[in-house]
Amino acid sequence: MALNSKAPEGPLAEKWDKHKFNVKLVNPANKRKYDVIVVGTGLAGASAAASLAELGYNVKAFTYHDSPRRAHSIAAQGGVNAAKNYQNDGDSVFRLFYDTIKGGDYRSREANVYRLAQVSVNIIDQCVAQGVPFAREYGGLLANRSFGGAQVSRTFYARGQTGQQLLLGAYSALSRQIAYGKVKMYTRSELLDVVVVDGQARGIVTRNLITGETQTHAAHAVVLATGGYGNVFYLSTNAMYCNATAAWRAHKKGAYFANPCFTQIHPTCIPVSGDYQSKLTLMSESLRNDGRVWVPKTKEMAERVRNNEVKPQDVQEDDRDYFLERKYPAFGNLVPRDVASRNAKQMCDEGRGVGSTGLAVYLDFSEIIKRTSAEAVSQKYGNLFAMYEKITDENPYERPMRIYPAVHYTMGGLWVDYNLQTTIPGLYATGECNFSDHGANRLGASALMQGLADGYFVIPSTIGDYLAATPPKPVTTDHPAFAEAKAGVQARVEQLLSIKGNRTPDEFHKKLGHLMWEYCGMARNAEGLKFAKAEIAKLRKEFWQDVKVVGSGEEMNQALEKAGRVADFLELGELMVDDALDRNESCGGHFREEYATEEGEAKRDDDHYAYVAAWEYTGDNQPERLNKEELVFENVKLTQRSYK
Amino acid sequence: MAGSNPNAKPMNLTLRVWRQPNHQASGQIVEYKVNEISPDMSFLEMLDVLNEDLLHKGQDPVAFDHDCREGICGSCALFINGRSHGPEKGTTTCQLHMRKFSDGETITIEPWRANAFPVNKDLSVDRSAFDRIIQAGGYVSVNTGGTPDGNEIPIPKDISDRAFEAATCIGCGACVAACKNASAMLFVSAKVSQLALLPQGQVEAQTRVENMVARMDIEGFGACSNIGSCAAECPVGISLENIAILNREFLTAKVVSNNMA
Ligand SMILES: Cc1cc2nc3c(=O)[nH]c(=O)nc-3n(C[C@H](O)[C@H](O)[C@H](O)COP(=O)(O)OP(=O)(O)OC[C@H]3O[C@@H](n4cnc5c(N)ncnc54)[C@H](O)[C@@H]3O)c2cc1C
Ligand code: SF4
Ligand code: FES
Repeated sequence: MALNSKAPEGPLAEKWDKHKFNVKLVNPANKRKYDVIVVGTGLAGASAAASLAELGYNVKAFTYHDSPRRAHSIAAQGGVNAAKNYQNDGDSVFRLFYDTIKGGDYRSREANVYRLAQVSVNIIDQCVAQGVPFAREYGGLLANRSFGGAQVSRTFYARGQTGQQLLLGAYSALSRQIAYGKVKMYTRSELLDVVVVDGQARGIVTRNLITGETQTHAAHAVVLATGGYGNVFYLSTNAMYCNATAAWRAHKKGAYFANPCFTQIHPTCIPVSGDYQSKLTLMSESLRNDGRVWVPKTKEMAERVRNNEVKPQDVQEDDRDYFLERKYPAFGNLVPRDVASRNAKQMCDEGRGVGSTGLAVYLDFSEIIKRTSAEAVSQKYGNLFAMYEKITDENPYERPMRIYPAVHYTMGGLWVDYNLQTTIPGLYATGECNFSDHGANRLGASALMQGLADGYFVIPSTIGDYLAATPPKPVTTDHPAFAEAKAGVQARVEQLLSIKGNRTPDEFHKKLGHLMWEYCGMARNAEGLKFAKAEIAKLRKEFWQDVKVVGSGEEMNQALEKAGRVADFLELGELMVDDALDRNESCGGHFREEYATEEGEAKRDDDHYAYVAAWEYTGDNQPERLNKEELVFENVKLTQRSYK
Repeated sequence: MAGSNPNAKPMNLTLRVWRQPNHQASGQIVEYKVNEISPDMSFLEMLDVLNEDLLHKGQDPVAFDHDCREGICGSCALFINGRSHGPEKGTTTCQLHMRKFSDGETITIEPWRANAFPVNKDLSVDRSAFDRIIQAGGYVSVNTGGTPDGNEIPIPKDISDRAFEAATCIGCGACVAACKNASAMLFVSAKVSQLALLPQGQVEAQTRVENMVARMDIEGFGACSNIGSCAAECPVGISLENIAILNREFLTAKVVSNNMA
């Protein structure tokens, strides 16, 4: 199928307004005749469900959480970007657009990114009106900080809990529509299939996680806002339940999956401490504004530190290598995430890592504490320092933090056009679930912005274009496609329960995660990827012969839930490897060791790879078909990123 | 792999865990042993060890809620040795680490106990009553779009900071579990005062407090007796000041609605 991005013609700055004028509108009196299903109630889903209900559509919203307030979005720490230019420091819509395109290493679509920057300013207004308590200055106006290496201060925040406050704002708007009866909320309901009738998305199949009941639901359109798939790596900063199932089921029903190998590894996370480790904790990027990253200069010194012969705080200045400051004098510790992560890995690979495992570097606050005071540092980062101490039992005011990169975010996701519609008509994808705006690398504080832009401002306009062309006749689950999808879901549950093997879903997940991290993580090469591909295929086969789940499908059964998700990760993992193999270049978070500059930096190949790789499912155990959306850059000049 | 503290010795523990197949069935405490528990593990990672072991033995793993494991989503909710979220102050269950326990210890783990929080299974309870209280008025009635510029209404920093403090409630329900009346007053007051403090929320302040308090009663939460065990056990430090604000708001609302009647 030819991929049409449907990006409007015309000057960049006018595209969105023009598009909004050109899309068809649904007659206000008819809106209540349309049912829309929104799956996921994180930032992207809650904002969409509330806004669509306000417009008059009947919304059914679904989440596997026990409450919409708990989505993974709640954990975002640092902030949300918006081109308000409140700080008079030269920010503008165009600058935010430019930074996002460049930060994404020129692998995103200009029109989408520009729209994102445009509506960013409305997000802040919306949230303030909801009562979101953003940080403020003494004069009572909103405060900003510079974040993730941006040269301007455009990040709005609520201490280290921005995601929480934004989500609770969206949750409150959603709650209001639930109270009005315009949204019917289904909690603890997991989407296990998408129903397609005559080529159009017409509903979903869910499993009630408390009773085990399988249900079907019909609607005129379906929006997936089901988050990212970082947990394919087992260990990540994502919440434990984050998974790929919704996107993957949609993919198998015909939605193309774009750039699956673009994953973001965040440089500042608390390192792994043992085999029992269940997840990794992020230490906010804002720490890099004041902390200095270093490792011992020599392997010998690193070894003495690892063996506790020397305390890190006692290592002399001369024996330290502030490697980011040394290699990137212009940006220093504030280089983008992918660059910071790769360099930390390189130091550890050289044998200069610290901590008992040797897989950590230091993030040191002694200088800022000396320059200001421990109290000033605590004012800014108190909650993060406390969390660090709780987890590691070490005091970061006295001893430098140990940090190491960890999987954090997935830029890849369901392919969507400018309307956020997937390749299945009537099926939309928003938030981290889609691939749209961050190219090969996402800038800090831009995911919250994108989720809310999609939900509050984009989907409410674009979905009307599709619905207006759909007759406002009631939809039902009578079509045989519903019964068929339901039977498929039930058969799979039965199959998982009947294997009665010897290995737990977690054991398979860990093994997969290990393969992904080693061969499709921070650095990749063709040989390793081919090895991983074969290993994953083997593991998948073993899974279906040897997975162990007890109990029944008619009850709350967390091991069964987990098994279903791991089964999908095992398929997605292989596609990620295929995608990484196809992309014979390095860009953003995708670093192929064969494609590096002499200084070891990522080397893009714009002549051959300035495209979105959109993968098409062709059948079980069949190779997926690659479709390309060529990226056209009319407003920015492609340059090699340099942070020297 | 060694943990961050190379001297920490693994522990052997006895767990007494509440098992209940579903809401209708009755439940009981069942005893399990877990061995070689690293002090660097989180409490939930210790339960993961138990569950992997049970699964291998062909037994039903213990159901419990969790997600972020960072103390922010409010999913985890265990009553450990008679205390909401266990022995460490200001800590959710997921952020509690095993170094707070000692080798050979017996640990009793139960779900939140409250009529308004029926048990789903084992240690997982249904807290949707909290959602219904928020639906009764825990919002500002604004639609998407057409809102004034974010800097249109300056808000004094100390007011905004207090609203933020109240807004940090994670909706875990520890306050209810800690209260002998199973009152939800701390939870409700946190939302009421966040919005009552901010100009955006003041427009609807009166109806909000009345409707949310009425809903709290309908859901079957008990009365507040101002002892303060809720705030003492709240993992994020929601303060009793919020209950004072709620009471004030509630009285004002009553006076106004009586005048109107
Ligand atoms: C630790 C951390 C810190 C972060 N900090 C920042 C930051 O400071 N700034 C920033 O911009 N970004 C940050 N991010 C990224 C950002 O938080 C996420 O990208 C964003 O919140 C994703 O929002 P979402 O609405 O798309 O998905 P989510 O919040 O993940 O929500 C997904 C929803 O879908 C539901 N769901 C999923 N699958 C199913 C299914 N099969 N059936 C039913 N329901 C389903 C879930 O229940 C949930 O409601 C951070 C991420 C992490 C991990
Ligand atoms: S007030 Fe505290 S204890 Fe109660 S629900 Fe909120 S965070 Fe939990
Ligand atoms: S699991 Fe999220 S607060 Fe404990």
